[in-house]
Order: sequence, then C-alpha cells, then structure tokens
Amino acid sequence: MAQATHTRKARPISPHLQIWRWGPGMAVSILHRATGSALSFGGLGLLLCWLGCLASGPETYALFLQQAGSWYGRIVLIGISWTYFNHLVSGLRHFLLDIGAGFEVSSNNRWSAISPVIGIVLTAAFWACLLSH
Amino acid sequence: MGNGTSVGRVRGLGSAHSGAHHWLVQRFTAIGNLVLTSWFAVSLLGLPNFSYVTLRDWLVSPVSATGLCLLIISVFWHARLGLQVVVEDYVHEHGAKFAAIAALNLAAFGGAGFGLFSVIRLALGA
Repeated sequence: MAQATHTRKARPISPHLQIWRWGPGMAVSILHRATGSALSFGGLGLLLCWLGCLASGPETYALFLQQAGSWYGRIVLIGISWTYFNHLVSGLRHFLLDIGAGFEVSSNNRWSAISPVIGIVLTAAFWACLLSH
Repeated sequence: MGNGTSVGRVRGLGSAHSGAHHWLVQRFTAIGNLVLTSWFAVSLLGLPNFSYVTLRDWLVSPVSATGLCLLIISVFWHARLGLQVVVEDYVHEHGAKFAAIAALNLAAFGGAGFGLFSVIRLALGA
C-alpha cells in the first residue's frame, strides 16, 4: 500500500494555491473560502458567545459588552463584519455564475475585482450607521 | 494483477448520485442566510442601544425569536456544508478525513443546539 503511494505519479488533486495561477477570479474564490471558514469559527463563535451571555443574564452580558467595547474587541467585531460582507458579496457573485452569467474573461475579471471592494464599502457603511447612534 | 488506474476503476460506474444534493442545499441555505442575516443586521442597526434590557425586549417578540432560530439553523447548516468541502479538499487520509467530518458534525449540531436553547430561554423569559 505504502509502496503504491510512492510509485504513483503526483497528480493535481484539488484547487490549491500552488497549482493555480493568480488572477482576480482565483483570488476572489480563495477569499470566499477563507472568509467562509473564518465566519464558521469566528462569526458563529461570536454569535454563540453573544447569545450565551445574553441567556446567562445581565451580569454575564455586561462582561460581553465590556470585551466588545475594548479596542481589541472592536478589531475582532470589525474583522468579523468584514468577513461577513465579503462572503455575502462573493456569494452573490457565485449565484450569478450559477445561472451561467459572467464567465467571459473581461466581465469575470471585472466583477472579481469589484466584489471585495463592495464588501469593504458595505462594512464601512454598516459601522457608520452603527456608530452614528 | 493490478487494480487498474484511478480513472479505470471508476469508469462506467455512473455518477455518485449524492453531490448534487449537497450543492443544492448549499445554495438553499445561502438564500436563507442572505435573507435572515440581512434582517438581523438591519434589526441591530434599528436598535437604540445594545443594553441587556433593549436586546431582551427585542428577543422576546415572537418574530425576532423565530427569525433568530431560523438564522441559527440556516447558518450552521451552511457552515457545516462549506467546511465539509474544505475538509474533503485538503484532508486526504481516510481516517483523518472521517475524524474531521465527524468532529464537524458534532460541532455544528452542538453549536446550533446551544444557540437555539439560548434564544428560546431568552424568549420564554430567562
């Protein structure tokens, strides 16, 4: 078994950073996967932390607010909100690709470059609304 | 006496009959996430502050509690499907892959269960 593994020629296995040529479409795709994975751990972890602290009562929730209001808490919250908006926009891009649109090289490159920008704009708009009241 | 090439072993077997379902449910839960997380973000922006009393009063309403419960189900389901693909792409050893998928399932159900319980406890009066 081990011998067979050694003699087998190395074959491409799955989309991976080493075997893909960097380009807008590839970058937005790997960013979609990275932000999705980050949201699964960081985003869902934060959601459960927030709900768990709320369900545990006012004293525990005060601890959550204290951490969330600190400078590092703000960095985490802004980071997670950015991964959310980025994943949202590149997810919408995937819906468009699913219906067969946007596969021409020029439009694919254009929307691949624009979607992370929209993600940053939405994150900024969200925090501007949040901090304005 | 070999077992043939990797292509030769699977040729003629037809499709696996299971990938399309995963793909579709990933999209269905993505639509759920789009609707529910947008509603959640807009709801948060609409709150006057994030004090315990404000959030509890918001969560006690049946619409908010139902929305949050559906959000938890949709996002955990979507995350489970997405991370499954990540595991399948990068973990190639069968035992490690099985262990990773098993841990992922436990974490997804455990996390969703904890979230749902927290919402229900608040909605029914903590």
